[in-house]
Amino acid sequence: MWLEPKPAPSLAGSIAWPLGAIAVTFLFASLLVLIAGASPFNVFWLVAKGAAGSQFAIAETLTRATPLIFTGLAIAVAFRAKLWNIGAEAQLYAGAIITVVLGTGLLPLPSAILIPLVIAVSMTAGALLLLGPAILKTRFGVDEVVTTLLLNFIVLLFVSYLLEGPLKDPMGLGWPQSKKVVSELMLPRIIQGKRLHFGFVMAIASALIVWFIMKKTAFGYEMRAVGHNPQAARFAGIPVNTVLAKTALLSGGLAALAGFSEVAGLKGNLTLDLSPGFGYTGIVVAMLAMLNPLGVIASAIFVAAIFVGADAMSRSAGVPSYIAQVMVATALLTMVVAMMLSRYRIRWR
Amino acid sequence: MEAIDILFTATFWAAAIRIASPLILATMGELICERAGVLNLGIEGIMTAGAFAGWFTVYAGGDLWLGVCVAAMVGIAFGALHGFLTVPLGLSQHVTGIGVTLLATSLTYFTYRLALPEVTSPPKIEPFQPLPIPVLSDIPLLGPALFNQTPMTYLAFASVAVLAWVLYRTPLGLAVRAAGENPAAVEAQGISVTAVRMGAVMAGSALMAVGGAFLTMSAFNSFFFEMINGRGWICIALVVFGSWRPGKALVGAILFAAFDAYQVRLQQVTGGAIPYQFFLMMPYVLSIIALIVVARRATYPKALMIPYQKGER
Repeated sequence: MWLEPKPAPSLAGSIAWPLGAIAVTFLFASLLVLIAGASPFNVFWLVAKGAAGSQFAIAETLTRATPLIFTGLAIAVAFRAKLWNIGAEAQLYAGAIITVVLGTGLLPLPSAILIPLVIAVSMTAGALLLLGPAILKTRFGVDEVVTTLLLNFIVLLFVSYLLEGPLKDPMGLGWPQSKKVVSELMLPRIIQGKRLHFGFVMAIASALIVWFIMKKTAFGYEMRAVGHNPQAARFAGIPVNTVLAKTALLSGGLAALAGFSEVAGLKGNLTLDLSPGFGYTGIVVAMLAMLNPLGVIASAIFVAAIFVGADAMSRSAGVPSYIAQVMVATALLTMVVAMMLSRYRIRWR
Repeated sequence: MEAIDILFTATFWAAAIRIASPLILATMGELICERAGVLNLGIEGIMTAGAFAGWFTVYAGGDLWLGVCVAAMVGIAFGALHGFLTVPLGLSQHVTGIGVTLLATSLTYFTYRLALPEVTSPPKIEPFQPLPIPVLSDIPLLGPALFNQTPMTYLAFASVAVLAWVLYRTPLGLAVRAAGENPAAVEAQGISVTAVRMGAVMAGSALMAVGGAFLTMSAFNSFFFEMINGRGWICIALVVFGSWRPGKALVGAILFAAFDAYQVRLQQVTGGAIPYQFFLMMPYVLSIIALIVVARRATYPKALMIPYQKGER
């Protein structure tokens, strides 16, 4: 067998194949549900109800989608330039660390100054954390996949050190957690009594800005050119290394915003389980959106719905909630196949 | 000096070899894949799946060696998935590998929860016991370190010897190396690049899974969530550090493990003056430093990460 590029990718194909990928994902999940001894219809009904069955459920889903939009955008930006940032988890924690360091009383400022300042410094921290691997890639030829992955472990250990040392909450009864940030830094809730916070609005705004940068600016064009063919881009006079460095700054900054928004919008403090793998799930979110910044919003909500719905379902139906992780991973793999099939035809001899 | 005396104790070197064993197995697995031209980032998840599969087989009443075989078969299955998506379909090896890691890890956790819904602490098995080799194990220092280990450690060392011999002394090894350097030349010999690469990824993934199984069946006696803890990613660094040669990668793995065993003992000597997290960071920091040091003169397999399409130039 071999692959033959389609002369012109059809619109129908570019819609049908991704839908097929989602269908395959649900079929595979149904199989696992059957093995677990439950009825797929019942289980998926419970997942849907848990994710969108009430005002509370919808607010929970959007709350969970918020960090995923940020990390999904971070990955979409980086992958577009073929900068393989697998370290969004570490960059998220970098943003969260700064938020807690600056936000627990160090700066006696009003909200209007404090919030933008903390956002700016958080983003800088995340940006610099990815700039390191990007420079190692362009200057020394070190594969950024491995360095960003290893940095995830290093940063998480550093957070553990901070929470047992300098940032330890003296009133925390020995739990490794930081003090709460001041109320001036806390983002307001969108709906009274629900956990959905202003970070969600920030996430939507970020997606719009990233879309604008990628589609409408020279930098966005250069980024796509570098990702498409670095040799050709260099030949066309695009400073490839500079573009990769700028991409790294943008991507790392976006991932750090997830950390800021989780602390200042939701949790109030830093703990070791602030992120249950948002950095890694961001990869799936970005790929499901085919690296489109506006698509990231939809795919983040979809992925968040699966997680929130599966949590609710597993409490009542007894199927382990890890089914959500399986579905998300399956969706990633089926989606890359679907993206390929919408552009190529498989020929058999 | 207490800190230096550590280096001359047999228990230290025995621990180093024990820590090295899973790394050696998984590094050899990754090395096979990459020599054939396929980066396998599924390694972390495949090690997790192997660790669970081996342990669970024994827990369910199977023999220890049956557990090793089941782990290897699970590895082959995930290798076949990664191979199918990256070799004939030519998908991004980065994205597919991360996807395989996420899938293997989540399927493992799902299966664990399904099989053992109520347990709070993971059940234990009777793991492999040390098998002293007569005469050799009596050599001072070297004996207890190298010749009083479990059979799986001997298996790890054997895998290096077998791999080196196959890669450099057999037509099969030549085909594997050529598939990673110049796939068109392989095709010109009438050998299918797809078959060679698929085979290499499946065989390599089997070794990764057995490396994971070492942790649950030899080093420890039960399965914990997140027990692989980045070892797979470290193995990827070790392959680069060993410039894609089995012997050099073996030396790298032992050096790395010796360092890891040393930092644990150093923690006790320094008595908490330095926070323990900084010691735990050392293996990861060391991997990054090793990559920077060797990256400039690294000679990658030329066709690594480049999908091969028959008839395409």
